[in-house]
Amino acid sequence: MGSQGGFGQSKEFLDLVKSIGESRSKAEEDRIVLREIETLRRRITEPDIPKRKMKEYIIRLVYIEMLGHDASFGYIHAVKMTHDDSLLLKRTGYLAVTLFLNEDHDLIILIVNTIQKDLKSDNFLVVCAALNAVCKLINDETIPAVLQQVVELLYHPKEAVRKKAVMALHRFYQRSPSSVTHLVTNFRKKLCDNDPGVMGATLCPLFDLIMIDVNSHKDLVGSFVSILKQVAERRLPKSYDYHQTPAPFIQIKLLKILALLGSGDKQSSEQMYTIIGDIMRRSDTTSNIGNAILYECICCVSSIHPSPKLFGAAADAIAKLLKSDVHNLRYMGIDALGRLIRINPEVAEQHQLAVIDCLEDPDDTLKRKTFELLYKMTKSSNVEVIVDRMIEYMISINDNHYKTEIASRCVELAEQFAPSNRWFIQTMNKVFQHAGDLVNPKVAHNLMRLIAEGFGEDDDTADSQLRSSAVESYLRIMGEPKLPSTFLQVNCPTLVSYAWSSPSICMCGMLLCFCCIQVICWVLGEYGTADGKYSASYIGGKLCDVAEAHSSDDTVKAYAVTALMKVCSYEKAAGRKLDMLSECQSLIESLSASHSTDLQQRAYELKAIISLDGIAMENIMPLDASCEDIEIDKSLSFLNSYVQKSLEEGAKPYLTEHERSRTRNISNFRNHDHHDASTHSLRFEAYEVPKPVISARLPPTASLTELAAVREQSYQREVHRSPSVGSLSDKGSQELRLRLDGVQKKWGRPTYSSAASPSTSDSESHTVNGTGKGKSFEPSSRRQPEVEIPEEKQKLAASLFGGTTSKSEKKQSGGGIKGSKATRSTADQTRATTAVVHPPVDLLDFGEPSGAASGSSSTVDPFKQLEGLVDTNQYSNVSKDPDLLSLYSDAASTSGQNQNQETGNLSHGSGNRTTKGPNLKDALGKDALVRQMGVTPATQNPNLFKDLLG
Amino acid sequence: MGIRFVLMVNKQGQTRLAQYYEYLTLEERRALEGEIVRKCLARNEQQCSFVEHRTYKIVYRRYASLFFLVGVDNEEVSRAHTFTIMCPNELAILEFIHLLVETMDRHFGNVCELDIMFHLEKAHFMLEEMVMNGCIVETSKANILAPIQLMDKAS
Repeated sequence: MGSQGGFGQSKEFLDLVKSIGESRSKAEEDRIVLREIETLRRRITEPDIPKRKMKEYIIRLVYIEMLGHDASFGYIHAVKMTHDDSLLLKRTGYLAVTLFLNEDHDLIILIVNTIQKDLKSDNFLVVCAALNAVCKLINDETIPAVLQQVVELLYHPKEAVRKKAVMALHRFYQRSPSSVTHLVTNFRKKLCDNDPGVMGATLCPLFDLIMIDVNSHKDLVGSFVSILKQVAERRLPKSYDYHQTPAPFIQIKLLKILALLGSGDKQSSEQMYTIIGDIMRRSDTTSNIGNAILYECICCVSSIHPSPKLFGAAADAIAKLLKSDVHNLRYMGIDALGRLIRINPEVAEQHQLAVIDCLEDPDDTLKRKTFELLYKMTKSSNVEVIVDRMIEYMISINDNHYKTEIASRCVELAEQFAPSNRWFIQTMNKVFQHAGDLVNPKVAHNLMRLIAEGFGEDDDTADSQLRSSAVESYLRIMGEPKLPSTFLQVNCPTLVSYAWSSPSICMCGMLLCFCCIQVICWVLGEYGTADGKYSASYIGGKLCDVAEAHSSDDTVKAYAVTALMKVCSYEKAAGRKLDMLSECQSLIESLSASHSTDLQQRAYELKAIISLDGIAMENIMPLDASCEDIEIDKSLSFLNSYVQKSLEEGAKPYLTEHERSRTRNISNFRNHDHHDASTHSLRFEAYEVPKPVISARLPPTASLTELAAVREQSYQREVHRSPSVGSLSDKGSQELRLRLDGVQKKWGRPTYSSAASPSTSDSESHTVNGTGKGKSFEPSSRRQPEVEIPEEKQKLAASLFGGTTSKSEKKQSGGGIKGSKATRSTADQTRATTAVVHPPVDLLDFGEPSGAASGSSSTVDPFKQLEGLVDTNQYSNVSKDPDLLSLYSDAASTSGQNQNQETGNLSHGSGNRTTKGPNLKDALGKDALVRQMGVTPATQNPNLFKDLLG
Repeated sequence: MGIRFVLMVNKQGQTRLAQYYEYLTLEERRALEGEIVRKCLARNEQQCSFVEHRTYKIVYRRYASLFFLVGVDNEEVSRAHTFTIMCPNELAILEFIHLLVETMDRHFGNVCELDIMFHLEKAHFMLEEMVMNGCIVETSKANILAPIQLMDKAS
């Protein structure tokens, strides 16, 4: 109807809208907008633009920004428009300003004055417009300028103003709580406002307040309960009803508040039981809004002090949701179940098959929600199945954001509930293999620590078994043809789809291995030869393979050579003759001449160590000493006497780097003709880093840093591993230097004496260790998940839920399966019967009813009818704009009718039907109007006028 | 309720209305809209009307060729902190979208994409009445439309 009064805009505007509407690609749209920007730039500065015209220009600016282009050239005109006397223009001006500017924009200062003036206006609509702007534009500094006025407006005679004033104060509270702490009591007063709209709005700030401080609002429980009761009993004006439900959005907000207030508070909770029970009983489970309220009730019930009666009602409601064919409802059901199991985990058991259905559903949203539920109900008896499933899912997706999330959850669950260390190691290996670049590097350390510490008991045989199994598993992983390429293949989809988002991801094939290879090298180095199954030369050969496979990666080579050093020294310490494979020899030789000082250092250390005798070796590299504490004299006090002596002999005192930098010219010069690799060691001045060398050496590191930046979103990154760079940068440029700390933590100080190298890392792992003692690793005698081929689902159910009950340990395998069978058969039956009664129709399917056969039968295509009314020859491409809602009602009546076989609510469906008539006329009317305005659809069926049902 | 944006986007991914309740730069908006629309368009109508996207949970609903998308805070789930409050009620948001469409329908009479395009500011005004500070503040159609009707009369 509003539109029937004429569009009221110029042809130019209509043409713009039309051309935007008709553009069929982003590029075309961009061209239109760019042209529009040029036009507006010229026009908007012309003198004496009529106000109406100006308003149109402002809306055109809004279009430009909405479509992703910069319209800042016109901001000032929007600001000017807020000064206008005409309400419509003023409000349009405010709207444009709130869309264009953020709170800290320079132009805001020009608006504050206008806002102040408008807040005083006699016209309450002007005051409302200003209050809208207050919510969006006032920042911390400008709050005082309007605060007093806003507070006064809380008691304005017009309810619309009071409502907006409440929200403005709410905004101030959000922005800067301290500025309004003395005013929050006003919210309590406004809760009793006699206008339901104001009361409803006040719930928003009160919710925020209560969330921060529950206890000081306990006295309001009675008020909230009584308001909720009145709302539920339809005491509010009819206009708040939505689909025959009384003020559902207010009910939901109140339930959220009650959930907060009743949490862990028996007395408050008891006041709520009756009303929550009533609402649950009354809620209309055939409508979305009824289910939304029901869901909120379940949330509330699971949050407040438990009541057996409400718990039962909530469980029944969940059962209904989960049985639904509508994905949205099942989703809500799964979510609600995740909440209710906090009160009693057993409630999940009766829904096991529904849960597994959701888990196996192709809908990713539902699947993810179900994983969330499983994550919440994981315990030591089902951790294996759940984590296996999660890893499987993790492998299947290529969205790094969720991969990271799932990987970290797998790690968390595994660390918390691992039934055996062996399983833990295998699980971690899988996570590393598939998401090594995404997990926190700390995880690798936890794993290495676990292997080093074993069971923490004095069970040496078990420990060594664990270690040999770790060695075995890593040798197997390496045995898989060509480590890097396999990993790259696995990650190809990731690579391809994410390469655009960040170039660093291109390195992910390599990085994947980082965590993995770090662990592999370390384990092989420490324990490769420990059980005597593998010879030192065999392990050495494997380590060389690793180094060769990553010949471009200094970090990996550093891992490998250090591990090799350990293997060699243990071998010698054990008094065995050391056979170095020729490939090992050549590796060491090549590393001795490496560009990386770190690798050189390591290689030379290795050579030096090999030449020592067994006893010295034992001291330098004690066997399996990674958990021993090592004391480090950080102040180097043992050198004091030496330093003293040197000083006495006339040596120069030590200068700090800062002091040295003043005398840099000399050292720099001396440094210049030195050996290439040492350019890094004696440089005190930040001259330009030689580009080619860096690029050859740094790619892995550079990418590491970048990737780390990406990763930081999901977890805090502790340290960075890149020893090669660490030593490179030891005295080098600033940014490189920063990473040195991480290096020391990981692999010891490579530039120190060889003995310090493993031991520093050991001491590191030991310190971390103190915090991790609480982990519960249970003996490996746990039951195996019996997932077999037939009746796979049942087995899965049994393994997931079998252990849910407290008495699970005994009845687990047998009882779990039996129970699930029973449930299953009944569930199948119900499903079969429901299938007969009504074919599954998505109630929310309001779009094109193309998919559902049942939908199309009862849907009337308005364009079929249109064609009858309009001469098809002449208007073969007639602009038809069917209205959205009639389409909706169309589909709704379809689905409604299907549903109504149960509900008997057919009148609603057919009621919607009657709107079809006017719809057609309207569509034609609008069409005609548009044509009158001169907007004629182009011949090639433009999108805007397109037959939407076709 | 933590609404962070309301978007109307057509099937071709063209934005028809955008209202953000937190500040994002033009580039961020452009990227976000592109990603979200791509995600939602890829889904079929049997699937949930909810999609997770980074820190957002997106509730969307399709009317003819127009998608209505509402971004809400995504709930953080952790085992240690099992009591999560800031959870959105996705179904309620879904119905909120419908309320918005019904309101527009009452005003425009059989609302269509063109109505929103030609009366962009009015669509915004309605949204301004319904949502403030990311919270649903008004759900009575009469109250939502009253100021707009008064304004129409005055001008």
